[in-house]
Amino acid sequence: MSSSVTPGPGDATGSAGSAPGNPLRSVQDRRLPRIAGPSGLVIFGVTGDLSRKKLMPAVYDLANRGLLPPGFSLVGFARRDWADEDFAQVVHDSVKEHARTPFREEVWQQLCQGMRFVPGVFDDDAAFRTLRETIEKLDKERGTGGNFAFYLSVPPKFFPQVMRQLKAHRLSEAPDGSWRRAVVEKPFGSDLASAQELNRVVHEVFPSRNVFRIDHYLGKETVQNILALRFANTMFEPVWNRGYVDHVQITMAEDIGIGGRAGYYDGIGSARDVIQNHLLQLLALTAMEEPSSFDARALLTEKLKVLGAVRLPKDLGRHTVRGQYTAGWQGGQWVPGYLEEEGIAPDSVTDTYAALKLEIDNRRWAGVPFYLRTGKRLGRRVTEIAVVFQRAPYSPFDATDTRELNNNALVIRVQPDEGVTLRFGSKVPGTQMEIRDVTMDFAYGESFTESSPEAYERLILDVLLGDANLFPRHQEVERSWEILDPVEEYWARHGRPEPYTAGTWGPKAADEMLARDGRSWRRP
Amino acid sequence: MNIDLTDTTAGQINAALVKARRASGTPAVGMVLTLVIVTDEGNHYDALKAATEAAREHPCRILVVIRRPGRTPRQRAGARLDAEVRRGGESGTGETVLLRLYGELSAHAHSVVLPLLLPDAPVVVWWPEDAPEVPAKDPLGTLAQRRITDASATEDPVAALGVRARGYAPGDTDLAWTRITPWRSVLASALDQRHGALESAVVEGEEYNPSTELLALWLAERLHVPVRRDVSAGPGITAVRLVTTDGVICLDRPDGALATLAMPGQPERHVALHRRMTAELIAEELRRLDPDAAYAHAVKFGVPRLTTDTPHAGAAGGAA
Repeated sequence: MSSSVTPGPGDATGSAGSAPGNPLRSVQDRRLPRIAGPSGLVIFGVTGDLSRKKLMPAVYDLANRGLLPPGFSLVGFARRDWADEDFAQVVHDSVKEHARTPFREEVWQQLCQGMRFVPGVFDDDAAFRTLRETIEKLDKERGTGGNFAFYLSVPPKFFPQVMRQLKAHRLSEAPDGSWRRAVVEKPFGSDLASAQELNRVVHEVFPSRNVFRIDHYLGKETVQNILALRFANTMFEPVWNRGYVDHVQITMAEDIGIGGRAGYYDGIGSARDVIQNHLLQLLALTAMEEPSSFDARALLTEKLKVLGAVRLPKDLGRHTVRGQYTAGWQGGQWVPGYLEEEGIAPDSVTDTYAALKLEIDNRRWAGVPFYLRTGKRLGRRVTEIAVVFQRAPYSPFDATDTRELNNNALVIRVQPDEGVTLRFGSKVPGTQMEIRDVTMDFAYGESFTESSPEAYERLILDVLLGDANLFPRHQEVERSWEILDPVEEYWARHGRPEPYTAGTWGPKAADEMLARDGRSWRRP
Repeated sequence: MNIDLTDTTAGQINAALVKARRASGTPAVGMVLTLVIVTDEGNHYDALKAATEAAREHPCRILVVIRRPGRTPRQRAGARLDAEVRRGGESGTGETVLLRLYGELSAHAHSVVLPLLLPDAPVVVWWPEDAPEVPAKDPLGTLAQRRITDASATEDPVAALGVRARGYAPGDTDLAWTRITPWRSVLASALDQRHGALESAVVEGEEYNPSTELLALWLAERLHVPVRRDVSAGPGITAVRLVTTDGVICLDRPDGALATLAMPGQPERHVALHRRMTAELIAEELRRLDPDAAYAHAVKFGVPRLTTDTPHAGAAGGAA
């Protein structure tokens, strides 16, 4: 090799593919992960369950995978009399218990030097002054560069107050060349009016591009895979329309009751808690057209388009069902009914089960119903999207031959046992012509074991990178409320939730609702 | 379950695989690739252990090719294939077949491997120690999309880089390169921030550690500045210094686990940069099976174009 410095054979293409400004980055160099730039995360309500079980472990797992910047800092804010070390201990314990990746001392060392705790309540000006000082000090000591994300892991009623304080203490103002972002969790309001009010409060302080709404479902690998499945393959998209699809069922079932969430849950109910955000997002991803690119704006455009085409059935009484679980045996355990749960009024009409039929008025989906259902204390914990295909219009086989054949179906299992199942008919070996359902299965656990990161890891990293395509925007949130509000209003005026026994698949009325259309629910 | 086969053929091994699969009750779904490990009796245990661990992330069929050409002319003239089929238990989600090739057959491993590859799935060949000079032209190498070598396992690691550069074909990669991914990602993210113009760089590491050279080569190739390779006591790579017009960006890892990143005008910060196990390296390799152009550019840049802190070094084989 010559000793003069001549350009290497790949230099031309190499530099053409470089990330702007950084000579060490190249699009061809696909091993290098996306590491967040210098930054810190401030968590309000850091003592809560979500923070201990999900956020802290996710931060550690990110650090362990080398995706957090050196100097990354974590600031906790809560009403506790803790010093930084106490806080670090709490994080340590939660990481040991809940982290996905093994505990490594050197990773912990890197993290724990950047942990700070600010004690205080939200109306305490002194506490926010301390927070501001803490952040400024971190910029000096740890080089966080003024980049901070504020994670509001607090009930929505505190949002206005926290936002006001952030603004009053100029924490929301990013110094030149840096960013400040707000991360909020659901519920994003409880109807259109409250959602708009909430968005107004948040947007007064942070511009909409700096507000990240967490719908943790969108961080799940299987949900991101919906787009890969549909738009990276050729064999599904041609049949993904009214010409072949009979109907779509989207289910999110939980086996747990309301647990300790009585205060939050009562009066909200399952439709507001789950359908408005998770299920309508899943519907949008399943039904939308191909986005022009995979960036946040293009995705938003397509999702809004399809959500805009969603229509409620005219007769809400016949095509929506709500239920409430009653005491029963579930998985070998006696569990109390909803009205007997602690903190629930004995005459509560809150729904713990909701099912509704939606239509999408566009060329692709006209006449194809989308059935959404969710509930607590159902048979088992499962979330799935089932695209059920039409029966063959003509079959050369006798009716008896195909008696055991059902509709073909493609099922995207979101959780647990993430994967995709394709159900189709196959001949049973033997001398008779007999056709029966078989399944072809792709399971993440088999083809890519252990590599799926937790949803929160992905979402926190995206917040730090400023990558917004897995976060619902305020337009989507508001449109989803527009869809759900008439149903809630109808329910408020008509009747009570149907009772269903805990551990079953919901009220009988839900089965009747599908039977009226000549269909039935899958047993997921 | 384990099935031992003596003096066998690939056809019988395939039948044994089906039998083992039936016995364990799971169909042959989910295996995403075939990993062929080419090794000898003395080294196959460690390599297989690492591969099995990596297979937890990438379920695969692992074929371990153990060559036993024999010492005496009579042994060399004979040919025999022994196989051990393992499924379930310690071999994780995939299947493992140990192939012992005796005598003349040891020169015709591809004839045994070819019928045992998973249909329509990528093939990766890994030589944990002695790799052929041109992996892509090796009969086993031609079967593979990805060919993994390890320069650090050779007698003269730095010269081995030269061999790898000369014999490079798209799909080749070396574990010495895999080992530096964490270093490269920290350095790349350091340069994501505002910094002065780069003037030169120094990479400091243990002797006979080709990763140090590769990191220096990568920096030289990407940054177009002179890069010096210094020798330290290790372990592994101990420091990288990027000299800029604003000062020095220094990533220092004296203990092989926790590094310190110092940038001009910023406080020092710690970064976890532990030395990874072979299983983690193999898992990283299996994550992407497309040609690694970044590696090609770095290794082809050529060790002689680096400067060193000791005279007479840098010549072929010459880590001082």
